[in-house]
Amino acid sequence: MSKLQLLTKGLIKENPTFVLLLGMCPTLGTTTSAINGLGMGVATLFVLTLSNMAISLIKNVVPGKVRIPAFIVVIASFVTVVQLLMEAYLPDLYATLGVFIPLIVVNCIILGRAEAFASKNNVIDSALDGLGIGLGFTMSLTILGAVREMLGSGSIFGLKFVTGDAMLVFVLAPGAFIALGYLLVIFNKLTAKLR
Amino acid sequence: MEYFIIIIGSIFVNNIVLAQFLGICPFLGVSTKVSTSAGMGAAVTFVMAIASIAAYLIQYFVLVPLHIEYMQTITFILVIAALVQMVEIILKKVSPALYQALGIFLPLITTNCAVLGVAILLVQKEYNLAESVVYAVSTAIGFTLALVLFAGLRERLELENLPKAMKGIPIALITAGILAMAFMGFSGLVRM
Repeated sequence: MSKLQLLTKGLIKENPTFVLLLGMCPTLGTTTSAINGLGMGVATLFVLTLSNMAISLIKNVVPGKVRIPAFIVVIASFVTVVQLLMEAYLPDLYATLGVFIPLIVVNCIILGRAEAFASKNNVIDSALDGLGIGLGFTMSLTILGAVREMLGSGSIFGLKFVTGDAMLVFVLAPGAFIALGYLLVIFNKLTAKLR
Repeated sequence: MEYFIIIIGSIFVNNIVLAQFLGICPFLGVSTKVSTSAGMGAAVTFVMAIASIAAYLIQYFVLVPLHIEYMQTITFILVIAALVQMVEIILKKVSPALYQALGIFLPLITTNCAVLGVAILLVQKEYNLAESVVYAVSTAIGFTLALVLFAGLRERLELENLPKAMKGIPIALITAGILAMAFMGFSGLVRM
């Protein structure tokens, strides 16, 4: 696979949210607005790229039997780094995303890429793979966040374009499920022609 | 009264799956049959109860005295992973029947964000040990309730004639949305 393919496959072909359906908890839990979705996506992208690089560096040192616990420790360390950085520099976003920041550890996308890609490939390819999948995840979270924000509060990235009330339910819990469900329907419909 | 509020609050009002979005992976993955989702629910309840005690003890007897609270994420995930392995081994020896029933679900629980989520939340909410256990068990009951209800709905959905793009996960998510809307009826029942 070429370098460019590694970087772009996460956007459509192997999109973690719409195709692989991984990492559903942060996808639904943090996308109350476009900016929150973007923040969560970038935090995950950061952890994914760095942990992919670290794991590909240590892959020959770690014995096969304990590789999963070792990967989890690497991932958890980077999550702690992100957690501390966000708490210091983006306290508002950190408060909004809440428990979902430490929960990046159990995001199946990250452990999945570590096991399926980084433990078999070199550092540069692993970094690109992490970036690519991370970008796909960020993109889908931002789209879902934007859709929910538009329908739920009549604004996008905080800019209000509807005066008065919007459909509040899309910002609340049921709206997350319904918005993602219909986005998946649209995605399936559009990509069905591509396949 | 305190405990009653925690129980009602975490089963119905702040249902872990439908209001807090934790444990969505097993919610979508395992909930195709009522029987398997009941098994998964039982396994989660069991692990969550033990994990909450472990998390409480580690937080207040290891992390806080040593002033290394920032190590919480790393410690909790490792302890939970080890705990699940241990539960599996002990169950296999002590109660083969229970192991038969819960066994296949146990490895799945390590990556279930609901377990780690509850461990982190009970520290955030500053519960004492008894409250932590009550909170963990009732959250797990809420998880089981959502899973079993949803499995019942999905068993019916299998037979429906749907547009191709809607089959499988998309319609499951929309159904979950409607179920979440039903659970919103409980909001305001107690203040969390």
